[in-house]
Amino acid sequence: MAAAEPAQRMSKSAAGGPQALMSVRGLGIRFKTSHGIWQATRKIDFDIAPGERVGIVGESGCGKTITGLSILRLLPNNLAGLDGSIHFDGTDLASCSTREMRAIRGRRIAMIFQEPMSALDPVFTVGHQIAETLRVHTGIPREEARERTLDMLRRVGIASPVRRIDDYPHQLSGGMRQRVMIAASLICGPQLLIADEPTTALDVTVQAQILELLRDLSETSNTALMLITHDLGVVAETCTRMITMYAGEVIEDAAVDDALVRPLHPYTSGLLRSLPHLSPRHGKLPSIPGRVPSIMDMPNGCRFRARCPHAVAGCEKEQALLDAGDGRKVRCSRFRELDLAGALQHAATAPIAAMVASP
Amino acid sequence: MMPQAAETSRDAIVSVRDLQVGFQTTDGRAVVKAVDGVSFDVRRGETFGIIGESGSGKTTIGRALVFLLKPSDGAILHNGVDPLAMPRRQFQSHRRDYQIIFQDPNAALNPRMTILSSVLEPLELARAGSKAERLKRAHEAMDRVGLALDLGERYPHQLSGGQKQRVVIARALTLRPKLIVCDEVVAALDMSIRGDVLNLFAELQRDLGLTYVFITHDLAVVSHISERIAVMYLGRFVELGPTEKVSERPLHPYTKALLSAEPRPLPSTMRGDHRIVLQGEIPSPIDPPSGCRFRTRCQYAQGVCAEKTPDWRELMPDHWVACHFADRPNYSPT
Ligand SMILES: Nc1ncnc2c1ncn2[C@@H]1O[C@H](COP(=O)(O)OP(=O)(O)OP(=O)(O)O)[C@@H](O)[C@H]1O
Ligand SMILES: Nc1ncnc2c1ncn2[C@@H]1O[C@H](COP(=O)(O)OP(=O)(O)OP(=O)(O)O)[C@@H](O)[C@H]1O
Ligand code: SF4
Ligand code: SF4
Ligand SMILES: [Mg+2]
Ligand SMILES: [Mg+2]
Repeated sequence: MAAAEPAQRMSKSAAGGPQALMSVRGLGIRFKTSHGIWQATRKIDFDIAPGERVGIVGESGCGKTITGLSILRLLPNNLAGLDGSIHFDGTDLASCSTREMRAIRGRRIAMIFQEPMSALDPVFTVGHQIAETLRVHTGIPREEARERTLDMLRRVGIASPVRRIDDYPHQLSGGMRQRVMIAASLICGPQLLIADEPTTALDVTVQAQILELLRDLSETSNTALMLITHDLGVVAETCTRMITMYAGEVIEDAAVDDALVRPLHPYTSGLLRSLPHLSPRHGKLPSIPGRVPSIMDMPNGCRFRARCPHAVAGCEKEQALLDAGDGRKVRCSRFRELDLAGALQHAATAPIAAMVASP
Repeated sequence: MMPQAAETSRDAIVSVRDLQVGFQTTDGRAVVKAVDGVSFDVRRGETFGIIGESGSGKTTIGRALVFLLKPSDGAILHNGVDPLAMPRRQFQSHRRDYQIIFQDPNAALNPRMTILSSVLEPLELARAGSKAERLKRAHEAMDRVGLALDLGERYPHQLSGGQKQRVVIARALTLRPKLIVCDEVVAALDMSIRGDVLNLFAELQRDLGLTYVFITHDLAVVSHISERIAVMYLGRFVELGPTEKVSERPLHPYTKALLSAEPRPLPSTMRGDHRIVLQGEIPSPIDPPSGCRFRTRCQYAQGVCAEKTPDWRELMPDHWVACHFADRPNYSPT
């Protein structure tokens, strides 16, 4: 339940430097398609420190999922090329051998998906699936694996695990399945957990339980979390840092509170302003005109330019991910001159203020 | 069972009385009581929001309101009249005044039909006016929702999600309805265009005097757009009242939990720490708990909650609730 200490979330990025658990540099993903080669993402740079919880946000198609998959080298068959490097605790995941990858995947880095049913095998009991993962990676005896599985099911909040361990996936509710997936992914004590929209298919009351669980587990076991979502509320509740992506690029990287209060990129600001939580009730919602450019037809320079209210001559030049101080980064050459609105602009008159005030 | 009584207002465009809708399960052996005794009025010109968790019966109510399915019991009146008592022809033309729009614009649009043909289709089925008049009305509707007329020649896959949802709205508007049930209409849209579509709904309402029943599980959306909100749990309403009251001074323990579970995009200093984490998940509507249906997850449940179904009562003006203890300022947890 403990909300993160404000002091921990403001302006104190753990990113960069020698203490990073994972350092992604210049990551780009290209696909072969019937229309030729598509550059789906490019120039992705970010770091994750041990125990840090990083939210990756952005609209549909901006490249969140494939970035997550590329870390485990689980990209689809029509991959045309993976550029850049992914340094994880001494190994470059982008270039290491398949054998090295297999030793890391599931054991030191685990991933959970939106739909747990697709990742659970319907013909085995949930207990068997979790215990087998553990045995494959550690070779411990069956009895011990079962004990540790029971313990893990208990930790993820499955009531009466002794009764549930021999259930098949279809016998569980959606929320319980997601807990089982989390148990399976954490059983080997990974250093990094990648969770791709883990609560999107769940009801808000169940979502709240799962997010709290992820936060607690990350805090108690120092597991780093990379949480992929399009929901800024989910990031605010769960993460310490927020990376915003747009059209295949990272456009902002900051401590969550900094990004919410004083976003530096016009796109992040536009997103926050358009949220109904943060606008006066019944008022007109600010919106971002236009749409994300197509992958086949990416403009040069700033990819947000056609929709940006602050675009000027010069924005059509290549934009680098600039260091904005305090561990913040932003891909907008105008960030110093712009004074952009964040989540607090309307919050005092917005419905959310009342929600905060209510008991 | 105590029927849920409701206010009767002369200005009701829809009056629902003790509505029940049951479905046979696939094995045919049980009945899912998807809606089990709900009463309310929708007032002309308002936006009436319905929230609740998955499977609580929101879509079923929406479909019943526009007679896409028949109530198992209870009554639905449109302007005080029971449409099911109308002669067939009159019923068919009456139904045009009450439209429904669903979440997924892809499912609503035929991929092989141009945008213009899709917008024209309801007019043609209704044989409304001459060909030229139909075209004029279709163009008006497209213009209304902000679609350039040259998009009419395109196919759905050539449009963005927000544009497709606009097409679906235009299509519903061609028949000049009085009421539109909007079922999760922004859920499938990307965040940066959700605002646009919500603004469009508000603008259409102002200009055309439309009434909406707005169904969603997104609290932020529903409290932004609605005048009144009903909270649904396992086939019944547990609370109904003006948006400000329900979202700021909720009376029902379930509403409180739902509000507190909503993830808020606020910095930690502003979020407070008052989450009520509900245990367990929503029980099956095939075999709902006795008495108060929320009792299996309610931290305030007492013995009486298992024995007696709480009355649906107007505890404050215009603010209804079904909980034995809602009038106690601070219920005591067991
Ligand atoms: N196998 C593939 N072949 C070609 N393009 C692909 C392939 N997989 C993904 N893409 C493209 O790569 C881009 C990024 O996709 P990705 O799934 O990472 O998006 P996302 O940010 O996770 O979106 P969402 O929020 O909808 O899940 C998209 O434009 C997508 O169409
Ligand atoms: N045609 C049907 N046949 C059988 N059961 C049905 C049918 N339609 C709905 N149900 C059941 O009725 C209950 C209510 O469903 P409904 O679709 O109204 O819920 P909802 O509140 O709209 O949920 P969601 O938020 O997931 O859309 C559910 O238990 C559902 O499984
Ligand atoms: S670089 Fe220019 S167009 Fe891009 S976000 Fe910054 S101001 Fe806007
Ligand atoms: S009637 Fe009882 S169980 Fe139901 S909501 Fe009220 S206190 Fe909780
Ligand atoms: Mg994705
Ligand atoms: Mg529904």
